[in-house]
Amino acid sequence: MQKRNYEVLISDPSLRDGNHAVKHQLSEKQIATYASAANAAGIPIVEVGHGNGLGASSLQVGLARLSDRAILEAARKVLTKSKLGIHVIPGFATIKKDLTMAMELGVDVFRIACHCTEADVTERHIGFVREKGKEVYGVLMMSHMARKEVLVEEASKMQAYGAESAIIMDSAGAYLPDDVSERIEALVEGLSIPVGFHGHNNLGMAVANSIAAVNAGATILDGTARGFGAGAGNTQLEVLIAVLDRLGFKTGIDLYKILDAADIAEDEVIEIIPTISSLSIVSGLSGVFSGFATHVRRVAAEYEVDSRDIFFELGRRKIVAGQEDMIIEVATTLSKERAGERKSH
Amino acid sequence: MSDEFKKLRIAILGSGNIGTDLLVKSIRSPHLECTLFIGRNMGSPGMHKANELGVRISDQSIQAIQDDPDCCDIVFDATSAMAHVKHWPILKNLGKYVIDLTPSNVGEMCVPSINLREKSSAMNVNMITCGGQGSVPIAHAISEVHKDIEYIEVVSNISSRSAGPATRLNLDEYIGTTEAAIQKFSGAKQSKVILTLNPANPCVDMQTTVMVKMSSGNLDKITKSINDMVIRVQEYVPGYHLVVDPVFENERLVVMVKVRGLGDYLPRYAGNLDIINCAAIAAAEHYAKTKL
Repeated sequence: MQKRNYEVLISDPSLRDGNHAVKHQLSEKQIATYASAANAAGIPIVEVGHGNGLGASSLQVGLARLSDRAILEAARKVLTKSKLGIHVIPGFATIKKDLTMAMELGVDVFRIACHCTEADVTERHIGFVREKGKEVYGVLMMSHMARKEVLVEEASKMQAYGAESAIIMDSAGAYLPDDVSERIEALVEGLSIPVGFHGHNNLGMAVANSIAAVNAGATILDGTARGFGAGAGNTQLEVLIAVLDRLGFKTGIDLYKILDAADIAEDEVIEIIPTISSLSIVSGLSGVFSGFATHVRRVAAEYEVDSRDIFFELGRRKIVAGQEDMIIEVATTLSKERAGERKSH
Repeated sequence: MSDEFKKLRIAILGSGNIGTDLLVKSIRSPHLECTLFIGRNMGSPGMHKANELGVRISDQSIQAIQDDPDCCDIVFDATSAMAHVKHWPILKNLGKYVIDLTPSNVGEMCVPSINLREKSSAMNVNMITCGGQGSVPIAHAISEVHKDIEYIEVVSNISSRSAGPATRLNLDEYIGTTEAAIQKFSGAKQSKVILTLNPANPCVDMQTTVMVKMSSGNLDKITKSINDMVIRVQEYVPGYHLVVDPVFENERLVVMVKVRGLGDYLPRYAGNLDIINCAAIAAAEHYAKTKL
């Protein structure tokens, strides 16, 4: 059953997830250019930052070209209608060092994220934002790694801490539409706050999964221009808007202007339009965070091991986002095993 | 003189994962005797464990020590950073030697392999964090070869099962205190600390990666310095070992250590409990030896 005239809130993390695709090298000019176009198209929330969010610029996941402050200031200047959003992972970002600064710079929407089974690490961060009177969402990353009952339990904790919406992310692009439907239905049933979905396109399912999500009762969707994001990219926003429009959902976004914004992103911001590379398919199949792709490719070449073997081994070990250092350990192990095999031949 | 007579009496404040594991370790110590194990809830698993071990228990939190100040010489605080800030003035007034296992950063930081033998009159010793106990020795060993370190980063991953409620609430303090310790013991101008929890089952071992921003250096000397340090840490944390030897990768020096726990309270994956508790016991035994 299609839900005509049903409103869907769109959040656009092109300038955050997209940063993964350019090794966190987005410039102030690129941020201002795309944010202006998104603002003009009427996108309700524009999310910016390092790919892993506030306070994440690091040797572990990549050093950003700009400081968090510079990124936020560049976007804040041009966002007159759209709200400014950020992604915050406790364990990377702290209240004292990072959230306080973001608050001062005028961030409107704080999306506090954690691995899908660890919601209690978000308690103080969500509480802090609520106390300051800003909008705060709870985000469960790598949500394919937990059963729906677990997701409901974790999202309920976030709701209890004060989260005003709960988003599940398909960080590895591992879902098929039925996986999304059953999880979103359970969350909508179990929570009293709006539920959202953030898709990745490793298996070519991002738009279909997003539609499955709204049909199951989700009212918030994330998407990025041309799918700008790690690996195979995210849900392609302009396609999503067109499809939602066709299905009768209301987003308040101007179709021509979002198409223009996507063209601007392609011309001014995106280096390589995301495509579902062979390695991205493996990332989706192995259920490993899409953001690992650039690191895996580099380390595989250095250690002369097959990047696909690294992904499947990371998946077998159930590695979560933020554990990029494990790529080196896995490559070392694979390379030693191979040396051992050679000897025994 | 009997052996019993030579022991210093300890109280453990906090009956969570850290406190309970510490209790099991203290029982093996020839220099320490736990005379009071304190929590807030008689029904908690830690309290049951202490009861089973025949240790006197109380659910009166810090009040238990105020009510019976003569019960102990040393207090281990295994509660939370916020609670420790309140506990310290009380314990100070009572003249207790305090070993703080929370990331409060109130007392003098101690990493046994580096500064245990330095003379100090501090009555409050801070054990930093589990990630700090794992990474600071490595950072220090690197700094002994390369003096001018610009930036060090430490990433630790621990099993979700081993991170109790206080650990989870104290993530920010964990980061701040570990960053301060890295700078203090390595002289690095800047540090960054990241912690991730992994819920995988079977549980993952505690692992810590130290990364230094540098594209080249004397790898032989660094490796030797680190290997010597690992041996020093192994004296009190037997499960501490290198999993990735120092290597230059992508403009950074990378070293990775793993801690297999002793399996005292939680199973062996909980190396994070082991490393901070083994360090705390080493600090307490050192104090006991100077007092007895």
